[in-house]
Amino acid sequence: MTSTAVRAGGGAQHERFIAPQERERNRKRASRRNLGSALLFLSPWIVGFVVFTAWPMIYSAYLSLTDYDVINDPEFVGFANYAEMASDPKVLLALGNTAFFTFVQVPLYVIVSLVLALLLDRAGRASGFFRTVFFLPKMTPPVAVGVLFLLLFNGQNGLINMVLGWFGIDGPSWTTDPAWVKPGLIIMSLWTVGASVIILLAALRNVPETLYESAKLDGAGFWRTAVSVTLPMISPALFFIIIVNTIAGLQTFDEAYTAFFGAGNTTYSNDAALFYVIYLFQQAFEFLHMGYASALAWGLFLVIMVVTAIQLVVSRRLVYYEGER
Amino acid sequence: MYRLRWGITCAGAAVVAIALGGCAVGTGGGGAADDAEYDSGAELGGELSVMGFSGVDEVATSRVEFAEAELGDVEVELIEGDLDIQQFLSAVASGEPPELLYADRDQIGSLAARGAIIPLERCIEGEEIDMDQFRESAVEQVTLDGQVYGIPEFNQVQVTMANADLLAAAGVSIEDVNGSDREAMTQANLALTKSDGGSLSVIGVDSKLPEFLPLWVAAAGGSILSEDGRTAALDSQEAIDALTWAVGIYDDQGGFSAVKAFRDSADFFGEGNQFATSTLGAMPMEQWYINVLNEVSPDAPMAFDTVRTTEGEPIAFAGGSAWAIPSGTENSEAACRWARAMTSVEAWQAAADARLAVREEEGKPFTGILTGNSVADEEIRGMVTSGGEPWDSGIEAMYEANDNTVSLPANPADAEFEQAMQDAVNSVLNGEATPEEALAEAQETAQQALDEGWEKLESREE
Repeated sequence: MTSTAVRAGGGAQHERFIAPQERERNRKRASRRNLGSALLFLSPWIVGFVVFTAWPMIYSAYLSLTDYDVINDPEFVGFANYAEMASDPKVLLALGNTAFFTFVQVPLYVIVSLVLALLLDRAGRASGFFRTVFFLPKMTPPVAVGVLFLLLFNGQNGLINMVLGWFGIDGPSWTTDPAWVKPGLIIMSLWTVGASVIILLAALRNVPETLYESAKLDGAGFWRTAVSVTLPMISPALFFIIIVNTIAGLQTFDEAYTAFFGAGNTTYSNDAALFYVIYLFQQAFEFLHMGYASALAWGLFLVIMVVTAIQLVVSRRLVYYEGER
Repeated sequence: MYRLRWGITCAGAAVVAIALGGCAVGTGGGGAADDAEYDSGAELGGELSVMGFSGVDEVATSRVEFAEAELGDVEVELIEGDLDIQQFLSAVASGEPPELLYADRDQIGSLAARGAIIPLERCIEGEEIDMDQFRESAVEQVTLDGQVYGIPEFNQVQVTMANADLLAAAGVSIEDVNGSDREAMTQANLALTKSDGGSLSVIGVDSKLPEFLPLWVAAAGGSILSEDGRTAALDSQEAIDALTWAVGIYDDQGGFSAVKAFRDSADFFGEGNQFATSTLGAMPMEQWYINVLNEVSPDAPMAFDTVRTTEGEPIAFAGGSAWAIPSGTENSEAACRWARAMTSVEAWQAAADARLAVREEEGKPFTGILTGNSVADEEIRGMVTSGGEPWDSGIEAMYEANDNTVSLPANPADAEFEQAMQDAVNSVLNGEATPEEALAEAQETAQQALDEGWEKLESREE
């Protein structure tokens, strides 16, 4: 019973006598109240979004049209920064490195995650222990991972080459040979596979047992069951991991910067590890070309949007959502 | 309704544009106004925040105590950690810069060109800082367009360091690896280099690329940048020859990739360092490493000499730190006094006394301190204690190198210039380009950055 109805006579039988205009006003008033409450509860997020995301993006878009060095006033240069991007060979180099890293690393990352999740799914009571073990490396700061990379992958006495040596394989110079720098970084990135393993494990455990039983009754073998039951049922989780890791791959920075461009390696910056965000960082904070760096940031934004859009379109054919008809 | 929405959209866009314009206000500008009254006899007060100075050893603390006494009632705050250029620029842009900045001298040109730090002529005059005491090469590094922007502090020079046992076993001498005869150094490298099962086990000579290319160019009488800091000379014949030869040193050992991997695996600061373990024949290295070696491996079979020009004369490439005053600082009088005090002969004497006392307590020799102040250097040199051979020869080489330094002048595109040079060297080291190709490309990139930098600086001055 509405308060208006009460004021109008106190009984439900009087409600039908409320004028339609007043009823409309009441509805709008209630709607406004609800909106106000919603906005109040959402306000911390809204303020955070405006201050830390929307405003910096708008400001960055503006700066991308200027020549700005942080200290002096920005000077409007139109689309000159974007034109420079198109003719800057290092942008192409950085994009190529980033694309190679992303499009090799993401499938590998997903495959390794899936294999580990499948093993964990069959591990029984021990899975809790291994789940923790797999997740722990994710807690390691990326900068430490970068340093670890230099130690483990050292071509002279690194642990990786030592292990390869046990099998009679003469390991490459992962950290200094340009041909092996990106493969090394890709392998090293598998260090943090734990988070994806846990997501996939949860997805695997949500696959209804009845589907497996049906498949068994139909005479499906391991591969047939995997392709026709397991993969479709966990495809939303796989899609999530692919999208998130693709975006992370395109923005990769920390480990490669620490290993090849940070304080310990300032004189030998291996261009094979010059990823897009590293170049953006150099332009912004080493050369103080904030306007150009902003244009680079928008370039990356565009690339990520396009890649994600393609993935979304493809996903419509490949991802199965149980609730959908 | 449509018009109303369109109007609101336009108004919104106008508000955003005005807000953006309002926010995007710089605080710098070439030759920022400095209306402070500098006077060496004035009583000072207020606060002094210092950014970038993280020294915690006796050389730092003794001078800090001296400077604090000179500043009287000024409340000094040392912001912990090395200079973080992002942190500094953010502070300048937000209008709250520190009063004083401690930076590498090769950063001074870029900061000055952007108006992030102020020229110090009035400070030098008012505080009566005797710039004649400072080494010419150090002052050149902090002088942009004829104006001094920094007071030089520590100095760094390179010395040739070698493993005497390896030299003897290979039948070569320290003179063969000091750079005076490049062909002899190439041959010595071949004689010193050892491989074990196809893997490098002794680095014969490390020519220390890419960082020491400017040194090798200077050793042949050239320079990668003109004296006025306006014209790059990265594609000069001296540079091409120096790079070709220095890369050849690595090629003769199986390539830079192998040498770098081996170099990275060394316990550089520990007792298992390359000289102590006889896995490195020779290399040029900054003088502070003599102290490290003496500390961690006093029995290492070392041999020292200066780096030498192709004419056989001592040479070193000076680097080091400097004090600078940011634009918009609130207590530049105190900042200037601090810079004067910290680099004064008295402060360095206090530092040397403190270091000497510590070393005597440890039963180790005092190996000296190199500063940008030549008078202080002479005073401290007299306090050096003998550590016996080969360390005394090392100290001798260090002081000889310090008396024969060259440097690159300040310029408004320090970072871009250095990056262009390093990119060129790296691409040759990685086999992606010939020295001629790489240096020609670097020359173009560096010159463009220099031209843009100078153009902006001059338009700001107008």
